[in-house]
Amino acid sequence: MTSPQAFGRHFVSARPRAMAALTRYFRTVDLAEDAYQDACMRAVKSWASKGMPHDPTAWLILVGRNAGIDALRRRETERAAVNDPAAEPELGDVEADYADAIDTSDYRDDVLRLLFMCCHSELSVQDQLALALKVVVGFTVEEIARAFLVKPKSMEQRITRAKKKAASVVAALETPSPQERAERLNAVLVMLYLLFNEGYSSHGGSDHIRKALCQEAIRLTRLLLNLFPGQPEVMGLLALCLLHDARSRARQDATDTLVPLDEQDRKLWDRSGIEEGQVLVEKALRRGRPGAFQIQAAIAAVHCAAPSADATDWAEIERLYLALEKVQPSPVVRLNRLVAVSKVDGPQAALDGMSALSGDLEGYLYFHSTKAALHADLGNGAAARAGYEKALSLGPSDAEKAYILGRLSSLKK
Amino acid sequence: MLYSILIFGEDATFDQLSTDEQAAVMGKHHALQERLAGSDQNGPAAKLHATATAVTIREQGGVPVVTDGPFAETKEHLLGFYTIECDTIEEAIEAAKLLPLDIATIEVRPISWFGPGQVTESGDD
Repeated sequence: MTSPQAFGRHFVSARPRAMAALTRYFRTVDLAEDAYQDACMRAVKSWASKGMPHDPTAWLILVGRNAGIDALRRRETERAAVNDPAAEPELGDVEADYADAIDTSDYRDDVLRLLFMCCHSELSVQDQLALALKVVVGFTVEEIARAFLVKPKSMEQRITRAKKKAASVVAALETPSPQERAERLNAVLVMLYLLFNEGYSSHGGSDHIRKALCQEAIRLTRLLLNLFPGQPEVMGLLALCLLHDARSRARQDATDTLVPLDEQDRKLWDRSGIEEGQVLVEKALRRGRPGAFQIQAAIAAVHCAAPSADATDWAEIERLYLALEKVQPSPVVRLNRLVAVSKVDGPQAALDGMSALSGDLEGYLYFHSTKAALHADLGNGAAARAGYEKALSLGPSDAEKAYILGRLSSLKK
Repeated sequence: MLYSILIFGEDATFDQLSTDEQAAVMGKHHALQERLAGSDQNGPAAKLHATATAVTIREQGGVPVVTDGPFAETKEHLLGFYTIECDTIEEAIEAAKLLPLDIATIEVRPISWFGPGQVTESGDD
């Protein structure tokens, strides 16, 4: 592929790695972004006339580095961050050497550092995601603004502020200790899952941009798994995202109403994504270090393995939620386990368990809608109606509201 | 003789193409598949999942050791293959030229032994 459009694919795919290396080199994200953009512009000219380099990512890093140095010189501030003796390499053999070098562990930590910068603890979740989309993924400010239903102008200001707050992370280049690395990895995984969920949950934004968020989250998780192949939680997160994503076509009907799992047309599920997710869960669990992402992925895999909702192995799902409660104790996880209990031991058993949760989950919409559904199963019309009405009072999204109203009207029949 | 047409490339390349580009790539596969369909040249074909799903099994100290990931630590991996019955390698090469050479490298290699098996399709599909 030697057309300029085809180059674009390389620019997108090389971006996280190249930005990580350039940010390490220049120690500021802004300069790295400019340098990368410059490298891409030079690539369009050079690749069209001389052909594609053997390793486009290494080429972009090298040329970006030179471009950034030139820019610094022009600003007469070359002393700022540049102290590498090999500052101006000739392309060719050097490119090959560099391609080898970027597979080292330093390089792995560079990518992790850049992602970790984005999930800085002083940033709100939305600012974390916006920063990652801008710096790592390469979305334009307009695209990010559209994803979060914010005006481009204010999104730009927020990203600028976020960059400033997070700047200290990229300035500190020490190789992280194994424990720090594990903590960074964990924070980054949580952020990538939030990014996926931002696209997957139906809050605002067009279908197109939401799908793009899911795809980018999956792409970055794949990259991370590539760099950390021995981390079962990275594998678990990739599996979890793939298994959810595989069902996305069946989640909304023609009128954009949310279709619950047990009513989805399973023929619309993407078998290929499900197979890949299932294999990854199995592979991860073989390591004997189950974590929250692996267990959630295993639960999703059990759902996906059932040819129909009635054929779901609820006993296995209950066991998995019990395991999830151990690594991630939370009332929401317990609620989910009780849903599985209702399928295995009946609605009354689940309702008995739920009374202990009413304090913690009083303001949680799904708690009340679940309770209402269980009452409806038992024929307690009044209690079911009260539960659905309580849920409606807790600010459901349009899709959730339509679903609950549908349930309420079926009660009256 | 039976030939394999082995497709090597980078894992994620296809997923990163635009919808139009993906359609162009698939169009080339369909061109080969249509040419083979119903003919006695048509052997089994497969598309492999991403290399992250692979495990590698080696013997160490007399015991099988299973590790994550594909065998070769290279950027380009085996992504899938066709098998095709041809009189000459030239014929197999001509068939391989229908494939998307812009995103993959194709190796044509004669098959020494072939077991047709009983499986007709992937279980879930």
